[in-house]
Amino acid sequence: MADKATGTRSSIPPAHRRTSPKGNFTKAVFAVVWKDLRAEFRSLELISAMLVFSLLVILIFNFALELDIKTRQSVTAGVLWATFAFAGTLGLNRSMAIEKDRGCLDGLLLAPVDRSAIYFGKFISNLAFMLIVEAIVLPVYSVLYNTNLFQPGLLIVILLGSIGYTAVGTLLAAMSVQTRTRDILLPILLFPVAFSVLLAAVRASGGFMNGSDLAEILLPLNLLIAYDVIFIAVALMVFDNVVEE
Amino acid sequence: MQPKPLALKVLDILSILLLGVSAYLALVFAPTEVVMGDVQRVFYFHIGTAWTALLGFILAAVFSVVYLVRKDLKWDRLQVAAVEVSLVFFFITIVLGSIWARPAWNTWWTWDPRLTTAAITELIYIAYFMLRQGIDDPERRARFGAVYALVGGISAPITFFAIRLFRTIHPVVIGGSNVNAEGDFSMTADMRLAFFFALFTFTVIFIDLFWNRIRLGDLQEKVEQLKLKVSM
Repeated sequence: MADKATGTRSSIPPAHRRTSPKGNFTKAVFAVVWKDLRAEFRSLELISAMLVFSLLVILIFNFALELDIKTRQSVTAGVLWATFAFAGTLGLNRSMAIEKDRGCLDGLLLAPVDRSAIYFGKFISNLAFMLIVEAIVLPVYSVLYNTNLFQPGLLIVILLGSIGYTAVGTLLAAMSVQTRTRDILLPILLFPVAFSVLLAAVRASGGFMNGSDLAEILLPLNLLIAYDVIFIAVALMVFDNVVEE
Repeated sequence: MQPKPLALKVLDILSILLLGVSAYLALVFAPTEVVMGDVQRVFYFHIGTAWTALLGFILAAVFSVVYLVRKDLKWDRLQVAAVEVSLVFFFITIVLGSIWARPAWNTWWTWDPRLTTAAITELIYIAYFMLRQGIDDPERRARFGAVYALVGGISAPITFFAIRLFRTIHPVVIGGSNVNAEGDFSMTADMRLAFFFALFTFTVIFIDLFWNRIRLGDLQEKVEQLKLKVSM
């Protein structure tokens, strides 16, 4: 908590509160990202939990769906995205709960920076955690099921899908951790809203894996981009209201 | 306690009367559809409830924005009223649709874009109430509710387009038709009368319930303030 607070406070004079110029905004965003990453790499709490959980989900899917070669072709994209989504909620919830529990959120809010910088910081660090987990799950899945998931198209879809998912997820997690039912609420809030991003991501990933025409994949891909842009914009606009005291 | 306003009482009675007339028009007056038979009569109320539910959800999103700008709890009460009434109407829409789908599509349910969007939308607004229930502070409850209703309101149409990536079999009776639709039909003049009357009826019922619910919200607010006063 201490290094985060000084990291932002010392660099920006109080007079600039809420109207900080662009340079300070990026600085503040990266201060938040940096403190999250540093805290995470010291404890590895979040990433290890997400990772083990992801592997367990894949294991369960393996036996629940009997992933033989024929079924695998049609369900791999779905299994992957369901895994990412579940692991994602776990991470999002925890990353926000930490802020709330130790009073860090209040510290962050005291920092004389624009609130949207805090949102962006949390968003980027959550995205980073999710991408790290995905970067480990993908090769493991590739080895376990003897398929090559390292196709540039697929990686782009995973990036776009994760951006959309964490953009909404960060906003909703910031709300859910402030409620009485914080442990159970996030997936209930997030899944119906993130449904379209997951759907488009599954569609596009499946398209790349099965080598469909680019024209066919373009539609879900555009939808992903549209979703990302819309929800980052919405989250930026309303984040103030979520953390306001 | 303040008495119920006269206009609201009149509207209550008018709603009941209109519902009766509308039921007569839909069940007796309108001609039987040639292919589907009597089950098509579900359609009049199906669209009536669907339209009002959507109206309510759109209103809720608008109230979100107004609340977030003005920060007046009055808008929050309007929003809760709109979402609550719409949630029930939309549920009725889904149930009526299922009743129709069983003979027309030979299944109660299918993962068609409209059906899926309807299910997801219901879930979004159920989540909305779960979120509100978990928060004690009325001001924060209102803020979070507004944010979530806004996010949900934006995501619902996107969900619809997302599922459109798959084929749809839902008939489009108004405005264009769908070549893949199962159970499509065109309306005769008498059917149209029953249809528009049902739309009108459900709009009136919606306004009536909406108004009643707002009044209830205001009374609730008053009770809470009185309780606070007593405890102090």
